[in-house]
Amino acid sequence: MKISTFFAARFVLACACVAAPTFATSAHVATTALPGDSVYQLDVPLVDQDGRRLHLADRRGKPQLISMFYTSCQYVCPLIIDTLQKTEHALAAADCTRVEVTLVSFDPATDTPPALKKVADERHVLSPRWLLTRTEAPQVRKLAAVLGIQYRELQNHDFNHTSVLILLDADGRIVARTDKIGEVDPRFVAEIERAIAR
Amino acid sequence: MLLAALLGAARRGTAVQAAYMPISATKFVSVIATEPDASPVTIAAYALRSEPVTNAEFLAFVTTQPQWRRDHAPAVFAESRYLAQWQAADRLGTNALPDQPVTQVSWFAAQAFCESEHARLPTWLEWERAAAASSTVADARNDPAWRQQTLDWYAHPSGAALAVIGAAPNLFGVRDLHGLIWEWTDDFNALMITADSRDQDDPDRLKFCGAGALNLRDRDNYALLMRIAMLSSLQAADTTTNLGFRCARSLTEKTP
Repeated sequence: MKISTFFAARFVLACACVAAPTFATSAHVATTALPGDSVYQLDVPLVDQDGRRLHLADRRGKPQLISMFYTSCQYVCPLIIDTLQKTEHALAAADCTRVEVTLVSFDPATDTPPALKKVADERHVLSPRWLLTRTEAPQVRKLAAVLGIQYRELQNHDFNHTSVLILLDADGRIVARTDKIGEVDPRFVAEIERAIAR
Repeated sequence: MLLAALLGAARRGTAVQAAYMPISATKFVSVIATEPDASPVTIAAYALRSEPVTNAEFLAFVTTQPQWRRDHAPAVFAESRYLAQWQAADRLGTNALPDQPVTQVSWFAAQAFCESEHARLPTWLEWERAAAASSTVADARNDPAWRQQTLDWYAHPSGAALAVIGAAPNLFGVRDLHGLIWEWTDDFNALMITADSRDQDDPDRLKFCGAGALNLRDRDNYALLMRIAMLSSLQAADTTTNLGFRCARSLTEKTP
């Protein structure tokens, strides 16, 4: 009985997460003051894979999975997207649309909206629940700093960087992080479920 | 001596602009092997603040930009010990002399100060390049006497009160790079060190995308290795009692 419920849930989920996403307008517009420990205190102007301009803080209202990557990365960055998708799929059926994903590029020189769009299409991720974004170089350093992500550009234009998935609550506070890449971290999934339930 | 400090403060209070000393472009071999092949890296011309930022200067900054007062700055940008040595959010008091370098400042606060001077924090390479100079040569790193002199400071217990700025300038006219404080760099979060960076077959290959963590060359240069280890352990909102900063500007000078 438990097992059949489990499989049913997995099946529904697979549909729910690729179904037409709700648009950003459905996220409530927060009227209360931003907490002092919110990542959204940092002003990060973004451009997404469809060329839309927004600010990172516009994502306030829903829990957020956030990470940093770059599109020309051959090895770990595709795994970051894999892991995000696997993590979503590990959520209960109704929950995967209640969390959003924001990826920000380390490499603003290369990662134009068309470059981001190409990856979004290849990975079948749907805007606006999934945003692949870029910001200008000084903001890349500041965003990495606020997220506790280390990175360094090499002369061959590759980037060394820590690979981590970070969970923000609806107000942008960091509530969990995992450096388990390539597989689902059950502890991290439990934290997402908790953030959604709040 | 107190009088001298007060006079110094008065002079500094009326000082128009901090001095930024021009430093020419060069090829430089860093203590950090930034690339797999050990070739020198090019550092473009820049100007570096001749002294670290002082308490008096930082007080003037938070007065004009009150969002950086310790009672206003959001926790995500500066932890609770931010400027805790000051008597009040808008007053230095007796534990923070005007001419002492400001410490207990976060990376974000240091960046914001530098932006107010139309500058930025120096990169690690810019800091290291300036700090390699003695009073007579641009790169004194292989001079055992100079090395020992810079190292002596690190052996001092850090409990004593900070000295004021103004030690003898080096060849570039920059003071207090050694012997006073630790300093933030713009790219402190680019200094990724593993426990054993000799291991090219990197167990952290997943953790660090790309070529893996940094290798350190010149392992006898303890003074610099300690700075790197310290910077790599910090988060951007952190503050410590011995950690201050100075600022830098890029120069558009032709490379030689």
